[in-house]
Amino acid sequence: MTSAQSDLELLEEDTSAASSYLAEGYSLRSWLFTRDHKRIALLYAVSITLFFALGGVAAALIRLELATPQGDLVTADTYNKLFTAHGVIMVWLFLIPSIPSVLGNFLMPLMIGARDLAFPRLNLASWYLYMAGGALVLWALLAGGVDTGWTFYTPFSTMFSNSHVTLALLGVLVTGFSSILTGLNFIVTVHTMRAPGMGWFRLPLFVWANYATSIILVLATPVLAMTLVLVAVERLFQVGIFDPALGGDPLLFQHLFWFYSHPAVYIMVLPAMGVASEIIPCFARRPVFGYRFMAYAILAIAVIGFLVWGHHMFVSGQSVYAGMVFSLLSFMVAVPSAIKVFNWTATLYKGRITFPAPMLYALGFVGLFTIGGLTGLFLAALALDVHLSDTYFVVAHFHYIMVGGSVMAYLGGIHFWWPKVTGRLYSEAWGRVAALVIFAGFNLTFFPQYLLGYAGMPRRYHSYPEEFQLLHVLSSAGAVLLAVGYLMPLGYLAWSLRYGRRAPPNPWQATGLEWQTASPPPVHNFAQPPVVVRGPYAYTADTP
Amino acid sequence: MSPSGPLHPDTPTSPIGTPGKGHHAEQFGSREQQVFARSFGMWVFIASEFLFFGPLLFAYFYLRLHFPEACAAASRHTDFLAGTVNTAVLLTSSLLAALAGHAAEAEGAGARRRAARLLVATAALGLVFLALKGYEYHGEFAEHLFPGAGFRPEGVLDDRLRGGMELFFLLYFLMTGLHALHLSVGIGACLWLAAGLRHPPEGGADPGPDKEAVELAGLYWHFVDVVWVFLYPLLYLVGRAGA
Amino acid sequence: MSPDFHLLPQDAAVSATRLDSLALCLLLATGIVALVLLAMMIGFAIRYRAGSNADRSGARSQGRRLEIAWTVIPLLIFFGLYAWGAVDYIALYRPDPAATPIFVVAKQWMWTAEHRNGRREIGQLHLPLGRPVRMVMTSQDAIHSFFVPAFRIKQDVVPGRYTSIAFTPSRAGEYQLFCAEYCGTDHAVMTGKVVVMPPAEFGRWLAEGPRQPGMAARGFELYRRYGCSGCHDAGASVHAPSLERLLGRRVHLQDGSELTADEAYLRDSILEPRKAVVAGYAPIMPSFAGQVGEEDLLAIIEYIRETGHDERAERP
Repeated sequence: MTSAQSDLELLEEDTSAASSYLAEGYSLRSWLFTRDHKRIALLYAVSITLFFALGGVAAALIRLELATPQGDLVTADTYNKLFTAHGVIMVWLFLIPSIPSVLGNFLMPLMIGARDLAFPRLNLASWYLYMAGGALVLWALLAGGVDTGWTFYTPFSTMFSNSHVTLALLGVLVTGFSSILTGLNFIVTVHTMRAPGMGWFRLPLFVWANYATSIILVLATPVLAMTLVLVAVERLFQVGIFDPALGGDPLLFQHLFWFYSHPAVYIMVLPAMGVASEIIPCFARRPVFGYRFMAYAILAIAVIGFLVWGHHMFVSGQSVYAGMVFSLLSFMVAVPSAIKVFNWTATLYKGRITFPAPMLYALGFVGLFTIGGLTGLFLAALALDVHLSDTYFVVAHFHYIMVGGSVMAYLGGIHFWWPKVTGRLYSEAWGRVAALVIFAGFNLTFFPQYLLGYAGMPRRYHSYPEEFQLLHVLSSAGAVLLAVGYLMPLGYLAWSLRYGRRAPPNPWQATGLEWQTASPPPVHNFAQPPVVVRGPYAYTADTP
Repeated sequence: MSPSGPLHPDTPTSPIGTPGKGHHAEQFGSREQQVFARSFGMWVFIASEFLFFGPLLFAYFYLRLHFPEACAAASRHTDFLAGTVNTAVLLTSSLLAALAGHAAEAEGAGARRRAARLLVATAALGLVFLALKGYEYHGEFAEHLFPGAGFRPEGVLDDRLRGGMELFFLLYFLMTGLHALHLSVGIGACLWLAAGLRHPPEGGADPGPDKEAVELAGLYWHFVDVVWVFLYPLLYLVGRAGA
Repeated sequence: MSPDFHLLPQDAAVSATRLDSLALCLLLATGIVALVLLAMMIGFAIRYRAGSNADRSGARSQGRRLEIAWTVIPLLIFFGLYAWGAVDYIALYRPDPAATPIFVVAKQWMWTAEHRNGRREIGQLHLPLGRPVRMVMTSQDAIHSFFVPAFRIKQDVVPGRYTSIAFTPSRAGEYQLFCAEYCGTDHAVMTGKVVVMPPAEFGRWLAEGPRQPGMAARGFELYRRYGCSGCHDAGASVHAPSLERLLGRRVHLQDGSELTADEAYLRDSILEPRKAVVAGYAPIMPSFAGQVGEEDLLAIIEYIRETGHDERAERP
């Protein structure tokens, strides 16, 4: 196997664990007061895994309830609280931080040849804010739950809900600050701390993706913060902002909420695209096709993503003209995503392809993201959205992107960089099996939901007409398989921490600065600041 | 460039750099990089802050468009004298912050002490602003102008007018409250920097805050001032020129 | 097993068939793209797997013409799809004077409807086959959404305003009505039945039921009870705009702007009279907010519509 051309002289291979970042202290204090971006990434990894499990339990209960048409497992109120918990936890406590705060935190400085992020203490503060927000959300759930849906539509959330809305809003607000500070940190780091020779167009696409995500984090999250404050004000002080009975406008809430929440979905998917762009070239042994177009496409998605929020409101009572503008822009935002899918496919052409677990996850990501994205076109078409809005078609669409897309990419990234982060190799056999189980389970869970949606099954229903049962049973069966698939990596990855073979610095023969240092890296990442002399993805498939 | 050995475990984690050429935190490669990064970071932060005040300003303009008389009527209930004095106070404090930054540029302990004094003066004026604001809020509470169930502006009988006025005061309290919160953070920063400048820690390891830190604090202070420069006319001067 | 399940619900409105065509077209287009991409990915994965002896020489990492092609072609296709969706969407909201208005007030957790002749229903909606109808809807509490899969229509029902959607039932039968916007505890059981009957049968149904004054007659009684006639009738001593033939008329407002009077304008004028004052009149009308319920508001508006003696409207 050709060793990948490194873009600096190889350092002495140092596999001694003594100098790795993991060995810099074993006390709790050394972890909870760390400034090391790598340790902070692991702090995030543990916490988001716990929240993913919690959100997953909610999902399991939901799918269990939906296996029968009657609402017989839990009461209506409990069901409403379950899907709210699932949404709030999965969106704000799992998906939004996942790739940026775990993989991004760990890898961004390594990939640009820096010793850490620009503001390490701010990075730690971000984690504490995230934990504080998560604790508040947990408190709201344990105190009795919230039943407004993760979208907190008014006037239900301000005037009619008897659940712990304000507490949940506070939790989300606090986690929002965590996002903003992480985004700020990344932006400054990429602008000011690149190694000599690392021009913008030599950056790995993972860095581009997280950079664009950070811009969205910094610009969109404050709007969410203010919107949630206004909701809390109306709820606590009965001031008429969104409730028409007090002179307010419910659609104003929707505009403010979706102005953040649509860019938020790009926060969730852009980093996943970045991960795919690292994995696929490595295992196809070819540079990513159309690097510049890929970078521009990332920026285009981020910018146009700010202009399409009204497509969540086509049947809300907003004006027909607004609908027409938002529909057109929504079709346009699909174009850069399509470009990326074509480019990933073209990267495979004339490659020398192998299929370890990360590659299976990455290819699965491309396929499932494509299906999810194509169904987005159905929803962007105004007349169709009138029928499909608020049905299971929408549920299927966003789960294909966020779960089939982002979660698969996250897992792919975890596997790809596992040797770098932990210094251990995981079991490739188990990894591949898990990837396939997850892929199968995912499709069985969510593909029937497209059919359910077109047939008219509405969202957020815990009981439904009998004719929908077959598809629901298929979906619930898929959920069981998916759950098994998600549990498997917990098992074999944990096992590898203790019993896995020690990893060399570059087990995949990948390019990228992170692979030019030891696995796991030393505290300050590089013994000497690297100097970059060539672009990324210098793979060749020509010779075996 | 020759590879060196692995990082020695005894490498200090305190600021590094060539003595005499400027210390910098360990994640940076040079002092210039640190200065640039911190300055850039402050600008990115300020950009995000505009997105905090942005929706509130947007709501304000929306309200002004749809309830012009209510806005004018409500604005006449604000304390014009307090607001104007506060504006002067804040503008003066910005001047002092700029002078502090200028003082910090000069070399020597005397310059640092002067910068510290100017920062304390800046913070003091900030506290004066907050005190006046508190006095205003107190008055507004007493006049039943706080939005909510008890909102009862004097002499207003028309429901629609009152509704508009309540929304105006909601935005008034939200925007000035958010501004006051930011100002408090700025006051804290000024005092903390002043303490560090006045009593630099012994030894060469940590030289304490530097002129860049004072400049960044000044930048933040000016941003808070600029926000007020927008809030003052929008909240206090509506409808005051006419009857 | 569910024998009733239809992958495609019955298409029971004129616009539904067209919508299914759009969906089918999209399905074909996206299906082809997905299959082609999948085939290429699998094909490349097999052909270029490590260990195969495929020819890998001359592989390029960029191709501007290719990139431009697969940017522009999807964009053009998307414009086409957009246009089709937009045109059909506009048709759902185009005001049609010949459409029969049906008035719906949604509340947690039930649908209530009233026909022009006063016949009311709860949880059910009877409609005439083949005649255009226009739903005029509002909510008494949270946001709900009126969703009939068989008609392929959905419209959020929002408190504080009227929302509207138009369609023409094309197939007699009974269809499911769902609430499609989460509204609290019993959102999932806020369902109903839409019954489409041939016009003659519908006419008979409309005439049956408890003897009750038509909406307009009820509205007239309210109009007098609340004192509207005291100012707005011809010959009143107070200078107030005439309400005759108001619906559909252009109104000039005090701030110089103009609008066409519709149900929403009338509702706002009753509840927030200062919001849009007619040019040339003093803003002295008192507000009736909190005094007139949603059903009564709709009745008063019906009465005002009747003053226009609109011959084209459906006569029960």
